[in-house]
Amino acid sequence: MNKLELKEDKMLKVQFVGDDDVLNHILDREGGTKLKKERVQLLVNTKKIIKKSECELEEDDQEVLKDEDYVEVLGTNVQDSLKNGSATEGGNKVYSFQNRKKPEKMSKLASELANTPRKNVSLDVKNGPEIMINIPQSSKGHSDSEKVQLKNNDKSEYISTTPHRLRKRLIVRSHSESESEYSASNSEDDEEVAQESEEDTKTFVGSQKSEAQNRIVSASICKETASKKMKREKTSDLVEEYFEAHSSSKVLTSDRTLQKLKRDKLDQQSLRQLLSKVPPSFSAELKQLNQQYENLFHKWMLQLHLGFNIVLYGLGSKRDLLERFRTTMLQDSIHVVINGFFPGITVKSVLNSITEEVLDYVGTFRSVLDQLDWIINRFKEDSSLELFLLIHNLDSQMLRGDKSQQIIGQLSSLHNVYLIASIDHLNAPLMWDHAKQSLYNWLWYEATTYSPYTEETSYENSLLVKQSGSLPLSSLTHVLRSLTPNARGIFRLLIKYQLDNQDNPSYIGLSFQDFYQQCREAFLVNSDLTLRAQLTEFRDHKLIRTKKGTDGVEYLLIPVNSGTLTDFLEKEEEEV
Amino acid sequence: MATSSVSKGCFVFKPNYKKRKISVPIEDYFDTKKNASEDSKLRFETYQLMWQQMKSETERLQEELNKNLFDSLIEFLQKSHCGLQKSSRDWGFQIKLREIPTAALVLGVNVTDHDSVFRSLTEVLQNTVTPHVVSLQAKDCPDMKHFLQKLISQLMNCCVDVKSNEEGSVHVTQKRTHYSMDLLFDWYKTVTQKAEPKLPSKKRTTCQWQSPPVVLVLKDMESFTTKVLQDFITVSSQHLHEFPLILIFGIATSPVIIHRLLPHAVSSLLCIELFQTLSCKEHLSSVLDKVLLTTQFPFKISEKVLQVLTNIFLYHDFSIQNFIKGLQLSLLEHFYSQPLSVLCCDLPEAKRRINFLSANQCENILRLPSFQRHVEKQTPEKQVALLTNERSLKEEAQSLLENLHAYHVNYFLALKCLHNFTSSLPKYPLGRQIRELYCACLERNIWHSKEYSSALQLLRMLAKDELMTMLQKCSSVFKSSSENQLDNTAKKIEEFLAQFQSLDDVKEEEDSSGSQAKGLQKTDLYHLQKSLLEMKELRRTNKKQTRFEVLREKVVDFIDCLVRDYLLPPETQPLHEVVYFSAANILREHLNAAPRIALHTALNNPYYYLKNEALKSEEGCIPNIAPDICIAYKLHLECSRLINLVDWSEAFATVVTAAEDIDAKAAPSEEMSEIIQYPFISSTLVQTHIKCNKKSNNEGFPILHVILITPFLYTGWFPPTLQ
Repeated sequence: MNKLELKEDKMLKVQFVGDDDVLNHILDREGGTKLKKERVQLLVNTKKIIKKSECELEEDDQEVLKDEDYVEVLGTNVQDSLKNGSATEGGNKVYSFQNRKKPEKMSKLASELANTPRKNVSLDVKNGPEIMINIPQSSKGHSDSEKVQLKNNDKSEYISTTPHRLRKRLIVRSHSESESEYSASNSEDDEEVAQESEEDTKTFVGSQKSEAQNRIVSASICKETASKKMKREKTSDLVEEYFEAHSSSKVLTSDRTLQKLKRDKLDQQSLRQLLSKVPPSFSAELKQLNQQYENLFHKWMLQLHLGFNIVLYGLGSKRDLLERFRTTMLQDSIHVVINGFFPGITVKSVLNSITEEVLDYVGTFRSVLDQLDWIINRFKEDSSLELFLLIHNLDSQMLRGDKSQQIIGQLSSLHNVYLIASIDHLNAPLMWDHAKQSLYNWLWYEATTYSPYTEETSYENSLLVKQSGSLPLSSLTHVLRSLTPNARGIFRLLIKYQLDNQDNPSYIGLSFQDFYQQCREAFLVNSDLTLRAQLTEFRDHKLIRTKKGTDGVEYLLIPVNSGTLTDFLEKEEEEV
Repeated sequence: MATSSVSKGCFVFKPNYKKRKISVPIEDYFDTKKNASEDSKLRFETYQLMWQQMKSETERLQEELNKNLFDSLIEFLQKSHCGLQKSSRDWGFQIKLREIPTAALVLGVNVTDHDSVFRSLTEVLQNTVTPHVVSLQAKDCPDMKHFLQKLISQLMNCCVDVKSNEEGSVHVTQKRTHYSMDLLFDWYKTVTQKAEPKLPSKKRTTCQWQSPPVVLVLKDMESFTTKVLQDFITVSSQHLHEFPLILIFGIATSPVIIHRLLPHAVSSLLCIELFQTLSCKEHLSSVLDKVLLTTQFPFKISEKVLQVLTNIFLYHDFSIQNFIKGLQLSLLEHFYSQPLSVLCCDLPEAKRRINFLSANQCENILRLPSFQRHVEKQTPEKQVALLTNERSLKEEAQSLLENLHAYHVNYFLALKCLHNFTSSLPKYPLGRQIRELYCACLERNIWHSKEYSSALQLLRMLAKDELMTMLQKCSSVFKSSSENQLDNTAKKIEEFLAQFQSLDDVKEEEDSSGSQAKGLQKTDLYHLQKSLLEMKELRRTNKKQTRFEVLREKVVDFIDCLVRDYLLPPETQPLHEVVYFSAANILREHLNAAPRIALHTALNNPYYYLKNEALKSEEGCIPNIAPDICIAYKLHLECSRLINLVDWSEAFATVVTAAEDIDAKAAPSEEMSEIIQYPFISSTLVQTHIKCNKKSNNEGFPILHVILITPFLYTGWFPPTLQ
């Protein structure tokens, strides 16, 4: 056949060709090519090669990057590794979108979690039905979270030794609960509750089940990569959910405030004391974890000496671990401990402590870069010099800047400077671009300790912990007690005026002139000079703040919240 | 001394001077905590030695690969400089005189590797072209002042070095002066004037080297501020006749960036020539070839490890340096964790070391799975001898090591041979790069794979000249190897070649088949395959094959035999554990860690870390006795962007009371509720610390909210390489 064709080709022929012939010809060709393609596939191989052929079209020597292979390899490796999380099933969730959640879901989950049976406890059987019975008693109109409270209530009644105060508080709480309006989705709530009451007491069991079913379904969808349509639908769902979650600028939650809880704010110290009373759970397991990490100390030293630097990550404070490393391994060598979480830390201070204390240099530098150059030169010249840098929280607010990281990276790239650091922030690895990473030459070690971040968070402010910067009640009374009665009167005037105006949102303070007038009327001062002298005293003790208004008049303000002020006034009056 | 304080964040610890002198040698850290007897010192020394060899080998390789580039670059520099020096009245030349000769060096995105390239470039330039080579980085020169300062101080420094410090005093006095372009030009004048009388004695007379050019290397051209570049280029182009400047731009992306950074008025002042480095993939394959696919280094890595390393390379950074770092780590891990790695050295040395092995180590050998398999295959008498007699065990191990060495020699030859045959097949069923083929061969018996059989099928359809070039390549592979293990194979290939040659003469006579072969070569591969298949069927029906086809069949069979004989996966070899490093997970854990996943797992599945049965639960929910932070985290996941702290804390309390309640019914509730609240506070603090959430700044707002910023987009481990 082939031969014939070839021979024909050699002879040139001219002949008329009708449209039909042309059409036939073309169709034939197509069939032919199809046939060929099939052949090729038979010949060669199935999937992989088809994928490759796409790339081949681009002709350049682009690598064929087989994504699936990559994921597969990385995934399988994780499975047999002891640490480093379970990436295979976690991936989807770790990097998923945030979607819209119903406001009452949290309390629901809480009750679910509260009721999940404990495995090895026999008491559970006894306790379970009691809770079950309690639930239907709650009236239908209540929201879910209230149900939780009622449960609490029941429980506290059930425990006979409940002090009266707590019960009162609980009741108060539920009162406030009913008066607070759920601006968000009342109707939804009702529906939810109605459904729940329909489903009777075992709602949580049911919902758990259905949730589990959902999960299974979605998992199976994931696995069936063949059904692309499903997948597409799923992604579009994802997109919709994402925009739903981020569309409205107003996010509604309940309007309950901490003040209504009537709980005293604690300062750091008492918080710490209270926490120390709580017995640590799983101490045996935690100890085992720590033991595992401690066994690596020798290896760390080795790798540090061989030019790598070590970074620790994982949940839990790694400060204690590093401290133990320091005390066991580094006693005989020069080392610098840097608390990255310390709010006042700067690269300059790090470099200063190296130049001044380690290298005993007295003198100043024109810039940080000069200082760095000097240090680098010193270390290069004197190879017997060795320095260990221990940085807790390399990713802290103060050190995470590009320049700081560059400088620390350059330090750590010196062959006789050894760096061992810890990071906590979720996105800490994003601090380093390729250049910095090669400077650091990291070896990553996971150190999940679950130990509390006591030291690290002690500088952190929280709404629930009293801030040490603000003026607490006790110091207020202390300062005022040392003042003259006149001065105290002046201050009380200011407090009263401020309390009168506490509901006025545009209140910026009492103007000096008005204040002077009031003080005169109360026979507290006789000239504005004496008033100014008093105010200076207050200002020195940070009892007042002055502010220039738009009209150039001075306004006086006490930077203490009204609750404290009321307490203070009450106390004053008691004493009087 | 404590390491926490409210007033400072840095604590320096200096041990006593006497104590400090007793520094621990690094080898001591090499001991695995068990006992020091297992040759740890020797192992460490072997590691050090091998790593040094590998390192120098890779460095040498890099130099070799850069040589071409550097040569052309130097040629360009010399040419352009000579052009600058020639004074001509030509108008075109006057124009040219204003243009600064510029070499744009496209280096690729593997920024990490650039440093070494520039280092050797500076060295080469200083040796051959001019003493005045300055290299600047963008981060050192945010503005013109710093730019000039760096430039001038570096220039003067390198000058001082050249002139044996005679101008040291001048250098110091000038340190305080104001840096300006004028200073630069004046400095250049004095330097050239001083140098002039000396120069004729030197051998730099190919063109007028009286005024050596100043070469300025901008390492990362993309990140320089445009204003600095523009100003500098305009000013120096004005003074080009008195200050012969040559620029070298290091470019990571593409040369278009020059025009994007510089306006036309400025870029027209440059006379740009483009240079391209070797692509990093080629670099990688040559590194692989020189370091792994050779018997020079006994250390080998398993398929998984190789895949992890190449994946990090291909998917993350394209950095050779990091690849070598990975190799170093695997080498270290191997010597650290495998006590028998003491035998991972040259064959004669290893044999010697076997004789000195301790009883413990012999025990280790016996425990190796591959060795156990080997023992099982032996006759009973020999088994007993091996298991009981140390002497015979050592002898056996020696011979096994020898076999292993021979196996590797053959393996790599066969691998290269096979690669020659398969690398140019259509659609690359076995991969285009040798590393893909190597991975496949390491993984399992390659001849069981579909890809292999399809490759063979394709081979059976090759034309004669293609086959011949492949055979020629193979024979050159065999020739280049010094070891003569596969001598008869090489001979056989020669024979095949000769037969093909003789075939030519015969073919001339058979005109029909000859013309057909010619016709075939013109068509493309699809047609070729198709027609070949058809021909094959035809032949089959005719039961008649041409001599060429018979020969081709023979060649393919020969290759198949070669593969089946020599490309056995290493797991089949006894004692392979001695030289193969296979713990890919360790490598991945330390090089390509995922802190995010670790955090996620710790929060969602505490059982993973705390192996307590009580914590075991199905996916997605956690028991209420889990660590506080896990519970708080789980609860906060149920909220949208804002979370009410009160709700949160109460939900938390519900969960925890339910858990505590069972244990301590009698506990007074008042105190308990307090105790429950505080762990919550601390766990919210922790979450602020690891930044799962963030406080809203809205202080005046009556409701206390915490904004959840659990990031929803995964941007990848590595930030964009280029700013």
